[in-house]
Amino acid sequence: MPQTITEKILAAHAGRETVAPGELINVRIDMALANDITAPIAIDLFEKSRVESVFDPEKIALVPDHFVPNKDIRSAVQVQAMRTFARKYHIKHFFELGEMGIEHVLLPEKGLVLPGDVVIGADSHTCTYGALGSFATGVGSTDIAAAMITGEAWFRVPESIKFIYHGRLGKWVSGKDLILYTIGDIGVDGATYRAMEFTGDVIKDLTMAGRMTMANMAIEAGAKSGIIAPDEVTLDYIKPRAKRSFESYASDPDAAYADVRTYDVSNIEPQVAFPFLPENTRGISAVGTVPIDQAVIGSCTNGRIEDLRVAASVLKDRAIDKNVRLIIVPATPAVYRQAMAEGLLEIFLAAKGIVSPPTCGPCLGGFMGVLGPGERAVSTTNRNFVGRMGHTTSEVYLANPAVAAASAILGRIGSPEEL
Amino acid sequence: MTLEGRVWKFGDNIDTDVIIPAPYLVTTDMVELGKHCMEGVDALFAEKVSPGDIIVAGTNFGCGSSREHAPMALKGAGISCVIAEGFARIFFRNAFNMGLAIFESPGIVQGIQEGDQVSVDQDTGEIIDHTNGKRFLANPIPPFMQELIEVGGLMSHVMSKRRT
Repeated sequence: MPQTITEKILAAHAGRETVAPGELINVRIDMALANDITAPIAIDLFEKSRVESVFDPEKIALVPDHFVPNKDIRSAVQVQAMRTFARKYHIKHFFELGEMGIEHVLLPEKGLVLPGDVVIGADSHTCTYGALGSFATGVGSTDIAAAMITGEAWFRVPESIKFIYHGRLGKWVSGKDLILYTIGDIGVDGATYRAMEFTGDVIKDLTMAGRMTMANMAIEAGAKSGIIAPDEVTLDYIKPRAKRSFESYASDPDAAYADVRTYDVSNIEPQVAFPFLPENTRGISAVGTVPIDQAVIGSCTNGRIEDLRVAASVLKDRAIDKNVRLIIVPATPAVYRQAMAEGLLEIFLAAKGIVSPPTCGPCLGGFMGVLGPGERAVSTTNRNFVGRMGHTTSEVYLANPAVAAASAILGRIGSPEEL
Repeated sequence: MTLEGRVWKFGDNIDTDVIIPAPYLVTTDMVELGKHCMEGVDALFAEKVSPGDIIVAGTNFGCGSSREHAPMALKGAGISCVIAEGFARIFFRNAFNMGLAIFESPGIVQGIQEGDQVSVDQDTGEIIDHTNGKRFLANPIPPFMQELIEVGGLMSHVMSKRRT
């Protein structure tokens, strides 16, 4: 029976030859992840179960990244719970401040998630790792507690939707724009319960950073996962990082899909998603005059070194508008150091931006740049829901790093072409 | 078992950020989370809601973040169940795993008004609006999910399997 890449990975982890969409299966997991918001609930449940050890201390990652560096006493208490648990059960991959980065940038960077893996994370953007050719999906804290005991998780095998991208991307058009464009097309529940498989010559030419940005936002279309079959670009990224064996899968040419959507993306512009849903997309030329108070460049979506390089190329020798606050968040210590070595931090500071330590803080209105009543931000993050980055009357416009940087200079949402 | 209560209605795409805004994710206490339930759409919701009340909503309820604090906040506020046209998948999964009753019933938003008295028979899936007399049927719950409900959630399921 022909299979999609997703079905092949799930079958291999269920000890089966094949699986079919709709089947309920139990799968072995290669990595279970939780952060400082979701881990405390999982830890409580685990301790209440009175089980004496975790299934495998090397297959659990605990990353305190959301409200860290601790924004208040209660956040500190949540991280203490993670730290205590990590020591007690010898969790190998607990990341203390200094090594901590935004989880979905950190884990691939450290080689902890690999092609062919099944990864679950108590964070909805766990789907990011699909860019490496793994099956990766967001779950809740209870799932993580159960998986820490059993090493397994239950899944309904998803149908897949195949997305084929053809053409040549314009100068300022990136993976972020491809995924926003796609969500604009299918809607925020356009892929609910399904796997989004990204293919085509445009994907082949995309960097790992661009691919991770795309898979990262599969959840914003309601998908269970996003996935890109491993190729040379993937293997170049993985090989220096992997410390264990892995398997590359690919969909059979005659595999069955719930839908196939083909896009010619040669003429698409940088995309901007208007409040209050990621599906409210427009090309940059159709944005109109939208003054902004803040620009944020970072997050699990766009906090990688490639993103910071693009932002720096726009900001170099320029200063931001005096009415705008620019917050740049390198996603991991390695990204931070690389940005420093390349002189990018100097460019950001000279432009009157600030550089934050790695954290998810501003993306979810936690800290490090919370919006006040009526304030407007352009952000390279992934969600623009009501109150997402602060007050319920504030607004978030999602865009790529080049547009966010240009907007900070212009004082309104705009393109680098306008500078 | 039958759940009965007064209905609070919401639209499509009610995300977990409005169900429980991120600044409150510094606790795992269900009652405390309940005090801020739905604050992103209705700042006074937690004060108005009574134990047993039911939420009726449109499509894609619970989209966004995987925070289990969302079903916890609803439970903590006293909500007995959520009936929606459709659910986002992580929320759907979390609700069954942690024991919040949810029902999918396409067409429900048209048929029920805010403030109506509604009951749901958990075994048959029959939904009755006692205010307007209309009846609806919830989509059947998949057998494995039914099993989760019966044993009291995923952790009880895992522990009972370990014992056998």
